[in-house]
Amino acid sequence: MTMLKEGRPTAPTPVKEAHMAPATATGNRALMLEEALIFEIGSTATTGVDFAPAPSVASRLGKLARTDAIGLPGLSEQETVRHYTRLSRQNYAIDLGLFPLGSCTMKHNPRLNEKVARMPGFADLHPLAPQSTVQGALGVINELAVWLIKLTGMHGVAMTPKAGAHGELCGLLCIRAALEARGDARQVVLVPESAHGTNPATAAFCGYKVEDIPATPEGRVDLEALKARLGPDVAAVMITNPNTCGLFERDMKTISDAVHAAGAFVYCDGANFNAIVGRVRPGDLGVDAMHINLHKTFSTPHGGGGPGSGPVVLSEALSPFGPLPYTARMADGSIHLIEEENVGEEMPQSFGRMSAFHGQMGMFTRALAYILSHGADGLRQVAEDAVLNANYILRSLDDVLDAPFGDSGPCMHEALFSDKGLAEGFTTLDIAKGLIDEGFHPMTMYFPLVVHGAMLVEPTETESKAALDQFILALRSLAERAKAGDEALKGAPYHAPRRRLDETLAARKPVLTWTDPALAVAAE
Amino acid sequence: MRYLPLTDTDRADMLSVIGAASIDDLFVDVPAEARLTGAIAGLPPHASELAVERHMAALARQNLSAGEAPFFLGAGAYKHHVPASVDHLIQRGEFLTAYTPYQPEIAQGTLQVLFEFQTQVARLLGCDVANASMYDGSTACWEAIGMARRITKRGKAILSSGLHPHYVSVAKTMAKFTGDALAHEAPTLDAATDIDALIAGIDKDTSCVVVQYPDILGRIADLTPLADAAHAAGALLVAVVTEPVALGACRAPGAMGADIVVGEGQSIGVGLQFGGPYLGLFACKQKYVRQMPGRLCGETVDAAGKRGFVLTLSTREQHIRREKATSNICTNSGLCALAFSIHMTLLGERGLRELATLNHGLACQAADRLAKVPGVTLLNDSFFNEFTLILSKDARDVVRTLADKGVLAGVSLGRLFPQTPAIGNGLVVAVTETVTAEDIESLAAALEEELA
Repeated sequence: MTMLKEGRPTAPTPVKEAHMAPATATGNRALMLEEALIFEIGSTATTGVDFAPAPSVASRLGKLARTDAIGLPGLSEQETVRHYTRLSRQNYAIDLGLFPLGSCTMKHNPRLNEKVARMPGFADLHPLAPQSTVQGALGVINELAVWLIKLTGMHGVAMTPKAGAHGELCGLLCIRAALEARGDARQVVLVPESAHGTNPATAAFCGYKVEDIPATPEGRVDLEALKARLGPDVAAVMITNPNTCGLFERDMKTISDAVHAAGAFVYCDGANFNAIVGRVRPGDLGVDAMHINLHKTFSTPHGGGGPGSGPVVLSEALSPFGPLPYTARMADGSIHLIEEENVGEEMPQSFGRMSAFHGQMGMFTRALAYILSHGADGLRQVAEDAVLNANYILRSLDDVLDAPFGDSGPCMHEALFSDKGLAEGFTTLDIAKGLIDEGFHPMTMYFPLVVHGAMLVEPTETESKAALDQFILALRSLAERAKAGDEALKGAPYHAPRRRLDETLAARKPVLTWTDPALAVAAE
Repeated sequence: MRYLPLTDTDRADMLSVIGAASIDDLFVDVPAEARLTGAIAGLPPHASELAVERHMAALARQNLSAGEAPFFLGAGAYKHHVPASVDHLIQRGEFLTAYTPYQPEIAQGTLQVLFEFQTQVARLLGCDVANASMYDGSTACWEAIGMARRITKRGKAILSSGLHPHYVSVAKTMAKFTGDALAHEAPTLDAATDIDALIAGIDKDTSCVVVQYPDILGRIADLTPLADAAHAAGALLVAVVTEPVALGACRAPGAMGADIVVGEGQSIGVGLQFGGPYLGLFACKQKYVRQMPGRLCGETVDAAGKRGFVLTLSTREQHIRREKATSNICTNSGLCALAFSIHMTLLGERGLRELATLNHGLACQAADRLAKVPGVTLLNDSFFNEFTLILSKDARDVVRTLADKGVLAGVSLGRLFPQTPAIGNGLVVAVTETVTAEDIESLAAALEEELA
């Protein structure tokens, strides 16, 4: 053992495997701190906020004053900061490393965008403030709208949808309104098997019967099957392009022409727009409506599950039917809002409002800052690097992992692998959990459904070659272990804040809120 | 470009690994006629951080922000002071740049927050369970109407005239496509709410009654008789709360019998943000949990027996059920839920009650002061932090004129209900802890001048 002369060790003594991780009294492991629930550490008498004294007045609450205990524990400011800081350290995030969730586009979130969104001139505005006092905010909405229209080659854009699925709803409502305007009560929406689950859910919500379109063996929409199914009962076809197998739908224009000839509309799921932004305009492919996830292509932060933002670009045929409110730039340069008051004169065919206010303003400011930072040239580079990175991963690993559509040509911005060739009893899940131990967030697993044990890897353009190489090293090692039947892999993750969690238990006996154990015992 | 790390050497090396001669080879599947050859015309090139910040700051300066003026707007969005630590904590990259917690072993931070959030929301609204959030109050409201349809198998909802008109608009939009029949009338300028009329309207086809509490005019009424009447007819009561701070002072809708309570959580932690992103709150009775829309977080254990949290009951959701899902929602308002939860943790029950008491006290003072202005009458008998003034002329014009003088007076009923000129003299005024005595005097003076 190396020691200073006073006896203090200066180099660690190698420890035996069995001695690696002795239990601690607290359950903490150095920087990895266990954190109890606020209901276990807080009290209803504690607060982290001081207020001025309230004026003494006679209550105007009628007889409705709340006298029961609410049960909301408080913490002092320091305890609060510590609680959430500790919890934050149990999360993986883009800021920590590569986050290759296919179809989610987890790219770097520039901090300029956070700064801009917090400018009081944007963050501290009321949605119903008089229009004369919010011209700059309306200007942001309008400027972003212009970019989205030009980048997609479309005619108009509905800015209010609050996320991708909300955008799908917006697009289908436009389609349904357009069909109703011509007295056409079509009942069916066609959706490819490989579609995101939101597509069929949205179509069903709008009252449509959903029918699947099969895929070809090479992973694209079966054009002949689609053409054969088109008819006077089909309202729309929902297509994701690039599709969820990571491939560009080569026949998109032919599909659009066939759909239009049959009197129906083309809805494009724009979740994968990152692969083509600046290089392909969906408008040139005959798309009638497409949502754009600002939280994907335009880098607004995912925030642990939202908020998102899903503006919908619209063709000339659908633009008149978009939702309220709408912004319009007037001849004098001012921007005015089309709302219920003036909709009759200005947008009589609008299908109405789909959320209370103007949409996700906080995401608009971030997305606009991102777009202006890249410019037209930078956005084109975004698509190119995103596609390059995905193909690099595909071709660096297709010798150890099955790439079901590897022969179909280059992929777009995501590389798809399957579980074919893994040892008996080994699954995609094992590889995913192994990636956690290797310090990466797993790829999207078991989606798209058309591929068995799918692993959908989307690196995005903001990853360096060094980061990709590290990821490839990890995934290669895991693929080899899963093919060799390394049983240790089935126990992964070993090094995360938690081991594999029991989802069956959670669903069978749902515990969705905290109950004081003392009260729970008393109630039994 | 500062966000793109690949060098030209990297790109060349990677292309050679791929076996492609150029980037264009990777886009070979795009039909030639759709391939753009250069940057899209008419759009500017990339810009420095400084240039972008200048551009955005110039746009921001064209707005009159709430903090720069005596400010009294509410009607579904409220200005409250948000402690500095809230915004600091939500900007931790581990929260800000994480995804939906699909890999629970490395998302326990977000999941535990959601579990705590669900508990806070359920308790605040007086319900058994709450979900992990919706887009905003208005979309939560129409999801509640849809949920009531699934539970009761009836398609007629009665919307109170006191429900926020934009929430009504959203519900009407959706009803056009779902086939629900919605009964709704515009409000009248009365101190009493329309509860008696709602009760009279309930019949055997009614799926639910939707009532806002406090309502769009700021009025508060006991929901118990309405809940009893709805239940007697086999219908549900849906309560909508657009100002959750009110529930630090007023009885919870769930405790008065509401089956589903939805709300806009923006007041706590989120900020005004010109209307979004906001935070839909959604809570209900335990027995309806499997009909709930949206994400749910539940407690479980890991393979080593430690407590942990996961997304659960996903057999209701679109990624499993596809066209049979209870809703198409996927992304929710995770970061806003985090902000809400942090702010609520800082407040605690004690702080929430103090905040509510302060809001109510200032609102009472403001109402009394403004009612003394000639040409102004106070509509409400009861209110929390928002009330309606009846002016001697069209409030829409008054709001515009006062805005030009730098006073943001409130929300006119003319803007909210443009089709109902009979209530056009109504002005909805919100008074939160951010309003000072000087602000109240400024508004009183401006109204006095304008109504003289």
